[in-house]
Amino acid sequence: MQKLTNLLMNPILVKEFRGRMRSWKSILILVLYLLIIAGMTLAFIYMQGGNSRYMNPGRSREIFMVLCVLQLGLIGLVTPGLTAGVVSGERERQTLNILLTTQLSPTKIILSKLTSALAFIGLLVTTTLPLYALILLYGGVGPGQMLAVFGYYLIAVLLFGSIGIFCSSWFKRTGVSTVIAYGITVFILGGTGAAALMLQEWLRYVNRMVTTPVEFTEFFYVAGLNPVAQMLSMFSPDILLPVMNTAHVGAEGFPLPAWLYYLLVYVPLIALLLFLSVRLLSPVKRPLFTRKARKIQETQEVSSK
Amino acid sequence: MIRIVNLTKRYGKFLAVNHLNMHIPAGTVFGFVGPNGAGKSTTMSVLATLLQPTDGQAYVGGFNVVEEPAKVRELIGYMPDFFGVYDNLTAVEYLDFYAGAYNIPKEKRPALIQDLLELVNLSGKANAYVDTLSRGMKQRLGLARCLVHDPQVLILDEPASGLDPRARIEMKDILKELKRMGKTIIISSHILPELAEMCDLIGIIEQGELIALAPVDQIHEQVAGHRVLRIRLTDRAEEAYAQLHYLEGVVHAEVDGNTLLIKYAGDDHGQTELLARLVKNGLPVLSFAEEAGNLEEVFLTVTKGVGS
Repeated sequence: MQKLTNLLMNPILVKEFRGRMRSWKSILILVLYLLIIAGMTLAFIYMQGGNSRYMNPGRSREIFMVLCVLQLGLIGLVTPGLTAGVVSGERERQTLNILLTTQLSPTKIILSKLTSALAFIGLLVTTTLPLYALILLYGGVGPGQMLAVFGYYLIAVLLFGSIGIFCSSWFKRTGVSTVIAYGITVFILGGTGAAALMLQEWLRYVNRMVTTPVEFTEFFYVAGLNPVAQMLSMFSPDILLPVMNTAHVGAEGFPLPAWLYYLLVYVPLIALLLFLSVRLLSPVKRPLFTRKARKIQETQEVSSK
Repeated sequence: MIRIVNLTKRYGKFLAVNHLNMHIPAGTVFGFVGPNGAGKSTTMSVLATLLQPTDGQAYVGGFNVVEEPAKVRELIGYMPDFFGVYDNLTAVEYLDFYAGAYNIPKEKRPALIQDLLELVNLSGKANAYVDTLSRGMKQRLGLARCLVHDPQVLILDEPASGLDPRARIEMKDILKELKRMGKTIIISSHILPELAEMCDLIGIIEQGELIALAPVDQIHEQVAGHRVLRIRLTDRAEEAYAQLHYLEGVVHAEVDGNTLLIKYAGDDHGQTELLARLVKNGLPVLSFAEEAGNLEEVFLTVTKGVGS
């Protein structure tokens, strides 16, 4: 309990929450976020209904998919903006050096900043819950799928957040850090999809003379990197595994479960980015490898004698 | 309390600090003097665990700054030459944030913050947003922030820079109070007479090398190679000049009204003989005093403007 209290009373979190909730920008982001996501979802519902004056419940699955993609896109839009200035901003405000001389370790600083961004995105996503409730009301989507989607959101926020924090630790200026963080986010959200489509066309070209059934497993490994394709594969698995000369395949045709592949790639990447951010933030870097560390220690012992 | 052994710091080819050796006893106020770019801030950053030395060691309270930075941070309060504040916090919230950062229990913080604000004369601004404070007030708030965990050592890099005369005086008074509290203080400043008034020990650094380290009343002698004697007489100053100016050890002598100024390079025994000679010859000596020396002059003599 004491540990939990300490964690919740972490001074950086308290300061960040306080600062964020006092800023009109946060309210503006919240309003814009809701306007965009609700406006687009309701517009899609209206278009799906055509001229009829009722909602077609059979279409709720499609609406859910649109809402999920929209939400993921907006998370990709907001997260780098929230995180790409957390370290460089402290540096520019000339508060970083002071912070580093306190008892707060670089690890605690980085993780607190990430948690703060995560909490704000959590607030944004939570405010959109009524839209999900609207869809769940008409069926077509199970609570398990809903939870899985939120799992994908969590990984996406952690991924884009750690990219933002890494850029912020690496680049001294927030402007540069923000541009690079958005560049990488756009690549992950769009670039991996475009690369997968190009690969698909190339595979179709290479296999154009083949008449037997073909599954493009190579495609799975590229498309599986795309968060949007990953999330939609829950509803239609052939997004990640296109085939030729055969009927539609299910998720059982994947070389390994899609979510597992996603986690295997991105969780270590998130951990690596956070580790590098902590290392970049540490003013005095200890050698990573023991042999080098031992050599330095020996040199210091000799010089102290 | 602070020991620096062969400290060297290079930035590429630029040698910022070159084999610096220093020892500052506990309770000492140490003035760090040098032109811009001499290596003062670099040395202070190393002591504040913010910079890894290229070579050599530095210890604060017996802890190596590279090996045990967490323990060193418990002992020090660091105020850089330029620092920012979190604009969207009040003065109390600002200090509360740093109290939390130093793991001070929540229930102890209100009384502590009140005491600190009183110490730096900011009690009236407790609930004011930090961005509404003047530069001098922010500087004092920064000093209060340094003291939040009651550190034994204060590392203050140009704490009076950019302040108006009143703010300087206020800052000086707070530092004198901290000296009375027995803190070990390292302070760098370009306002040299201020340092002379506050410091016990002065170190002059140029181009990364320590060129003089002595108690403030001896620094002039150590640097210039002579001490300045001010002899006030009620009358017959010219006669006193004639008695002394040719003696061994007297480098220079000049008469200024009823005062005789002598640059003396001899020892203590020789100095007593000067006085004895004047008295023996019946000259009306009102006072015979050794001057601490003009620190500005010392600074200019030693640094020779190389850093500018």
